[in-house]
Amino acid sequence: MRKRKPHYIVIGGGLAGLAATMKLCEDKAKVTLVSYQPVKRSHSVCAQGGINAAIDTKGEGDSPEMHFYDTVKGGDFLANQPLVRDMCHQAPAIIHLMDRLGVAFNRTPEGHLEFRRFGGTLYSRTAFAGATTGQQLLYALDEQVRRYEHDGQVKKLEWHEYLSAVLDSEDICRGAVLNDLRTGEIFTVKGDAVVLATGGPSQVYGKTTGSTVCNGAATTSAYLQGAKYANGEFIQVHPTAIPGQDKLRLMSESARGEGGRIWVPKKANDSRDPLTIPEEERYYFLEENHPRFGNLVPRDVASREIHDVVYNKELGVGGQPMVYLDLTHQSAGFLEHRLGGILDIYSKFTGEDPKKVPMKIFPAVHYSMGGIWTDYEDDGNGLIDHQSPRNQMTSIQGLYAAGECDYQFHGANRLGANSLLSCIYTGLMMGPGLISYSQNLRTHFEDVPSTVFDQARDQWQERMQGFKQMNGKENPYVLHQDMGNILLANVLIVRENSKLENALTEINDLETRLKDVQCLDTTHWSNPAPSMIQQLHCQIQLAKIITRGALTRNEFRGAHYKPEFDLNQPKDFDPHEYVEYIEKKQYGEVQEEEFPSGHAAYMKRFEKCNERWLKTTIAEHKNNQPEISFEEVNTSLVQPRPRKYD
Amino acid sequence: MPDDKIIRLKIKRQDQPDTKPYWQEFELPYKPRANVISCLMDIQMHPVTRDGQKVTPVIWDCNCLEEVCGSCTMVINGKVRQSCTALVDALPQPIVLEPLSKFPMVRDLHVDRSRMFENLKKVKAWVHIDGTYDIGEGPVVSEKQRAKAYLLSECMTCGCCLEACPQFTKDNDFMGASTFSQVRLFNMHPTGAMESEERLETIMETGGIADCGNAQVCVEVCPKKIPLTESIAEIGQQTTIQLLKNLFLK
Repeated sequence: MRKRKPHYIVIGGGLAGLAATMKLCEDKAKVTLVSYQPVKRSHSVCAQGGINAAIDTKGEGDSPEMHFYDTVKGGDFLANQPLVRDMCHQAPAIIHLMDRLGVAFNRTPEGHLEFRRFGGTLYSRTAFAGATTGQQLLYALDEQVRRYEHDGQVKKLEWHEYLSAVLDSEDICRGAVLNDLRTGEIFTVKGDAVVLATGGPSQVYGKTTGSTVCNGAATTSAYLQGAKYANGEFIQVHPTAIPGQDKLRLMSESARGEGGRIWVPKKANDSRDPLTIPEEERYYFLEENHPRFGNLVPRDVASREIHDVVYNKELGVGGQPMVYLDLTHQSAGFLEHRLGGILDIYSKFTGEDPKKVPMKIFPAVHYSMGGIWTDYEDDGNGLIDHQSPRNQMTSIQGLYAAGECDYQFHGANRLGANSLLSCIYTGLMMGPGLISYSQNLRTHFEDVPSTVFDQARDQWQERMQGFKQMNGKENPYVLHQDMGNILLANVLIVRENSKLENALTEINDLETRLKDVQCLDTTHWSNPAPSMIQQLHCQIQLAKIITRGALTRNEFRGAHYKPEFDLNQPKDFDPHEYVEYIEKKQYGEVQEEEFPSGHAAYMKRFEKCNERWLKTTIAEHKNNQPEISFEEVNTSLVQPRPRKYD
Repeated sequence: MPDDKIIRLKIKRQDQPDTKPYWQEFELPYKPRANVISCLMDIQMHPVTRDGQKVTPVIWDCNCLEEVCGSCTMVINGKVRQSCTALVDALPQPIVLEPLSKFPMVRDLHVDRSRMFENLKKVKAWVHIDGTYDIGEGPVVSEKQRAKAYLLSECMTCGCCLEACPQFTKDNDFMGASTFSQVRLFNMHPTGAMESEERLETIMETGGIADCGNAQVCVEVCPKKIPLTESIAEIGQQTTIQLLKNLFLK
């Protein structure tokens, strides 16, 4: 009997989608790769600073276990630990693979991989290719997938939009409904499984560091079909971005990794040329408040500090919500060599040369730690069983997710240079599990009655046709902008319940306005207008997930900061005390006087908070609203403890 | 001056690949730090021409908006470039937007550049590895060599070099500078070099390097300052050597 070749549908051609495609092709599978645009233009190109792997080439004593610890600590212990640990253990092999694929990683004088420092760690763990690491990694995977395309194993459907999964009578995913963005034709493709590798949802916030395709529609569509969405409220605000009318461009953390210093003039509204402001009149607030990590505190910490300096202390540059990111003390040659790409971006968009003048930057929405819920199977030794079909499967059987669109790995806050890693890791890691999923299927898509596919197609044809005929008063692009503004005003760095409630009301109003929208284009060729309305529909649902999750979670964890629920860590607190406290508790009551004054009380508050809130937020679609529940987090490997980055 | 507060755009539009192009003009309120993309986004929110005619929003191609994806290439005031880095303050008005002329039209400012990706397939622009399994480190590469490769690997397949090239036309097979430069990149890599002969054979055929007219405009318009003419010269040499090898050794 001829062996049946498995066939998969991968949605999205960024790092995760391409890594999955390459891995599946290596196992002789056939892949249909679907993307809004040529996959080489995917949002992964925007990642700048680097990719983490504890290879320890500098004798610092780094190890995958340290990388694991830094990552779960950076995420405020909200990530499932076996997955994070497995990723960190795979990281060195991933870097070596990418190097073999030809990525132009920066080199040491001996010709080995060079590493630099990034936020949230004290080790040089970040491999980099100039300051366009994401672009370089993406190109390497794009080239491998092109090779498989050349050999006939991959069929690319570029300029196509994923609308939903095709579910059979048992709710098993058997394919996908697609929209040809040129002809407007809606059709289905069949496969053993569908992998969503559709990236983050930052467009929900309007102006962000995200690309225009990062609209979150695919994962929201899965949510609307019954998939669980997890930790939606954890949105990373990157501390350093460049303002713009069309988007906020990222200024990589690597600028600080290469010595960049954040400061503001000590005097409010100081209008002097920054270069003339003497050292003693500058407030290096990150270095002063965090002597050990300095400018390389994790992003949630840095963004909160900037917010505090700019809004509470009113020390923003020129009275604006901006601070200086200063590289002028480094030599021009060094900067060109290590950071060329990002400094060019700054010059091109502001007209100023960051090698000569301090950059003016401010925080911007950047990354979603949350995403579609995915499963995993550990091997009993604190790592992952790579053969398990459960790995990266959503709560819909046969529908998988990988990359930024899943919720694993980063907990409540992602560390810099871990996203490229998690994207490639998930794409590669899920390969064997997907193959065994196909092999163990009792029935295949060939056995599913064609009416299942026809009905899915017909429903979507009708739905998109309906959008096209909408002739109300509202402009969908204006609606999109309004939605972004609601979230930016209410669901950002500092969160308050009254404002979150207000935001939910406003989002519901938006949903009402969406019913009165006008489809701005009713022609039949290359018309994005009906898709735009469909995406907006999804984004409004996603805005509800994010906001409802934020409202429900009454604590301060990672990027989710509610001052009302700050546990007020004592200034002289040492996180190891908590480990000691937990150990002592196992042998009976802990005497308060065993710890410095106030510490035991703080630790009790911390413990109680974790009992209630150290849980994954799960959103499920019920009655057009997200219904929130909570799920245990696997913290079996490292004792969660208070974070501190002094 | 009231004119200062307004951004004027003149956009060449075309509804379908086989219909006639036409021009529309738009006036938008001035915004600081505006670029061509933000203007097109403003038109989406208020799709009305200068004469008050309600029209469909302009179609264009874009994604990253920070000049690393290559999508938003168009001809702006007669010059081919990315529209995200086209800052309004630096452009004489009216700002004239036209689609790339060397690629099949899709709609308005959006064209089909799949020919560029097909060419990458033809020249095997990849490093052929044994497999993705963990077989250890990659080859040792000097920093100098790495820096040279990095310059070439920043090519985002945007098409500027081809739009400017007098040799590259809609109906010929010429591969153009970006493809040749990629051949150089992969022939330079220690593992990639193992397939260099095949790559060279491909670009010695019709549409290959011999068709280059040496106009040298490609390098002038490259947004990433890739040394394209240097690549062409280098690949030219490599093909000459290959030609001699073919003559005497095969």
